[in-house]
Amino acid sequence: MLQVIGAGSIDDLFDEIPVHLRAGGLGAIPSGMTEMEVSRLMRQRANRNTSALCFLGAGAYQHHIPAAVWEITTRGEYYSAYTPYQAEASQGTLQLIYEYQSMMTALTAMDVSNASMYDGASALAEAILMAVRANRKSKSRKILMPTTVNPVYRKTAHTIVHGQQIEIIDVPYDPTTGTVTLELIKQQADDDITALVLQQPNFFGCLETVDEITDWAHENNILVIAVVNPLAIAVLSPPGEWGTLENNKGADIACGDGQPLGAPMSAGGPYYGLLCCKQELVRQMPGRIVGRTLDLDGKEGFVLTLQAREQHIRRSKATSNICTNQGLVVTASTIYMAIMGARGLENTAAACHANNNNLLEKLTAIKGVKKSFAGTHFHETVLQLDLPAAEVLAGLLNKGILGGFDLSQDYPELGDAILVCTTEMRNEDDINDYAVAMQEVFANAGAKAAQMQESA
Amino acid sequence: MLIFEHSAAGRCGAPQAPVEKASLAAIPETLLRKKSAALPEVSELQAVRHYTRLSQKNFSIDTQFYPLGSCTMKYNPRACNSLAMLPGFLNVHPLTPDEKNQGFLACMYDLQSMLCEVTGMAAFSLAPMAGAQGEFAGVAMIAAYHESRGDSARKEMLVPDAAHGTNPATAVMCGYSVREIPTLKNGDVDIEALKLAVGPQTAGLMLTNPSTLGVFERNIEAIAKVIHEAGGLLYYDGANLNAILGKIRPGDMGFDVIHSNLHKTFSTPHGGGGPGSGAVGVAKRLIPFLPLPMVGCEGERYRYLTAKDCPQSIGRLSAFMGNPGVLLRAFIYMRLLGREGMVRVAEFATLNANYMMAEAKRRGFKVAIDNRRASHEFIITLKNEARDYHVSAMDFAKRLLDLGYHAPTTYFPLLVPECLLIEPTESEAKEVLDGFMDALERIKHEAETNPDILHAAPQTLPVKRLDEVRAAKQLDLAYKA
Repeated sequence: MLQVIGAGSIDDLFDEIPVHLRAGGLGAIPSGMTEMEVSRLMRQRANRNTSALCFLGAGAYQHHIPAAVWEITTRGEYYSAYTPYQAEASQGTLQLIYEYQSMMTALTAMDVSNASMYDGASALAEAILMAVRANRKSKSRKILMPTTVNPVYRKTAHTIVHGQQIEIIDVPYDPTTGTVTLELIKQQADDDITALVLQQPNFFGCLETVDEITDWAHENNILVIAVVNPLAIAVLSPPGEWGTLENNKGADIACGDGQPLGAPMSAGGPYYGLLCCKQELVRQMPGRIVGRTLDLDGKEGFVLTLQAREQHIRRSKATSNICTNQGLVVTASTIYMAIMGARGLENTAAACHANNNNLLEKLTAIKGVKKSFAGTHFHETVLQLDLPAAEVLAGLLNKGILGGFDLSQDYPELGDAILVCTTEMRNEDDINDYAVAMQEVFANAGAKAAQMQESA
Repeated sequence: MLIFEHSAAGRCGAPQAPVEKASLAAIPETLLRKKSAALPEVSELQAVRHYTRLSQKNFSIDTQFYPLGSCTMKYNPRACNSLAMLPGFLNVHPLTPDEKNQGFLACMYDLQSMLCEVTGMAAFSLAPMAGAQGEFAGVAMIAAYHESRGDSARKEMLVPDAAHGTNPATAVMCGYSVREIPTLKNGDVDIEALKLAVGPQTAGLMLTNPSTLGVFERNIEAIAKVIHEAGGLLYYDGANLNAILGKIRPGDMGFDVIHSNLHKTFSTPHGGGGPGSGAVGVAKRLIPFLPLPMVGCEGERYRYLTAKDCPQSIGRLSAFMGNPGVLLRAFIYMRLLGREGMVRVAEFATLNANYMMAEAKRRGFKVAIDNRRASHEFIITLKNEARDYHVSAMDFAKRLLDLGYHAPTTYFPLLVPECLLIEPTESEAKEVLDGFMDALERIKHEAETNPDILHAAPQTLPVKRLDEVRAAKQLDLAYKA
């Protein structure tokens, strides 16, 4: 090969690189390993991670995933293909994304879905940017953001949109219900608001009064951005049906994290962001979109479409800099939805909800544990504790239970409060184990307090 | 046939969900869904067969040579997948306390360290979930740096005209205006034009090196000097890092910020369009601004660094830790390669590209930039064939599909008319490269003798050429029963 090139050595091929800039030996990088050696290393490290029983949610959920999902997803033809720019040689990926878009619009009751964003948090950021482009009646670039929206979503949205002179206005929640009310929203709103974000179920697991708020927003020319758990909306009112106005029904944009639909928790990802919108907003939608069309013989086929919105065509005038979608995770999610069907999703969602009620009943029977908020919830609940939350969670973890998410950092006003989640995977035994462990943690704390009193 | 068209009412993968539907009576009627979602109703076997058969309509690295320029379609070792999917990694909740997540955090810490060493940067954050998000993080850090110094007049980002579209799109997202810098015929940045363009308004320059034209930017030191003297920062788009891995490091060239596409250089799967990873590295003065979270190490203990540790950080880019499963695969790949393997990557990727370029010239093709070394990719321009035989680069691309090869990147970079950007990667054997060159030569001969073969290609794939105009005009984006 060097002869054909006319070079004396491989080193000669790098002769345009200034000699004094060449790298040394990469001393800080270890020597190569065989697959056998790497396997041993990775098994050791994997075994150092916990196998505790998971009652943590807060944006990532442990659901059952049919074995077929990732078996098919990791076939080389999906795993090692690129973005389907050569449509004729990528009909597998393209048709799959079209089917994903079809399933996601069916689930959300929205008109259009794109091929996915990075994750739920960044999808919310893109939804906000999209709303600002789309709401031509509004000049303010002001967004109403209830504090019942996942705190890390709010932080991510801030990072991504703050360079574009967009003002995000926090709306506090009602401390008795754990939800926002129309009154609280109106207090933060002035005459010109571009969009309002509404998460269902909200971060506390509570259910917002989505119809009333959506109607009010639409009466005031405010676009509604729904943040949803796609599994929950198998049984909850989907964003496309929020509100009661005949001529303006449904959220304008819906986003959320697709993780509950077939992606393992995997330390935080890869997941994917779902992003859907009303038909009239499709040209403001960022990211890839697949359309069905015909080939030269009139046969059906699939292509990437509306590419004139995207960075590789529009460059500095694109709707977003995004080019990647989370293709492989979307592949898994599409297969997951196909296998589960609507009935599978509904039964799974209902089981999550029922298990949470069961857990709640058992935990609130313990003296020192009570529900923070009145009202209904989906599969997560906030519990008020008479002991320091961090101490309780540490005590539970010692007994092999990931007991929930400590809310004290993000919501100091709640005092010692934890967010507890149950999915369909937590059966009666798991729930009993949690209740017994919680009982012991409180009993130990009581005994310790008594001992201290005695010795004093 | 769509999965929906396999549906029969009431059918489902029964063992996969609770058999009975539990009560939802605690939830007010108005908040409940009225009508079931119109998802497919198929058996598990129907779904498995449908998606297996669909997969067979894809070209992929595992089945075809895939010389897509600027995308680095190298082999994705299977071990990286199976080891990243060990239950000990898959079943970790992202909010698990650090002390119960030490195995994963150790991998992330080591990955940060190895990326620092191989790029010559002082610190790395693994948070960005794709190249474009890495670019966003990098440019946001440049903005935060200038702002922290009260240097608020810098409103302009410089971008060479050969750059990826994400560069200007990112600069705009961060609130900058964009000025394009021309490229010389020899592929280097026009440094005289650059000197005229810089000033107190310059926030920085975004540069890909080797460039998208497939050549190493020889004046990189002079460029760095011009930018730094103007008070700007130098951004490295790591799309082509594979070409120089272990040979020269962006940090040593004078770059202040880089993003590395781990799905290119470090072989994480492209997955039909993602997920990717655009880890960002910085020189010392930008460390405070790196995006969260990062992983720190105290003695033997690893922990996530948060806003408390890094108050000047540009913030979070995702709900959790970027794309951890992708990061694990990159880590495993780097441990397999080791320091010796990394240098071999650049050497064989470069050898393969230069061999193909020499072969292309020998077989009568015109390369876009002659008398230069190719980096890990090179460009053929078909403007003469287009003029003489009325065939386009797209026709060549489609005909290659018929012959069993994925097409190279077409019509990018925008500077070169009727171009094919060819990147073989280090993974391919000489016989594969020769087979591809034979196919290209055959197509050239067909263009000269019977160009209709090219116009009608592809003929052997599941569909013929698709009507993109119709797709955009008569939008059909979802199945309706």
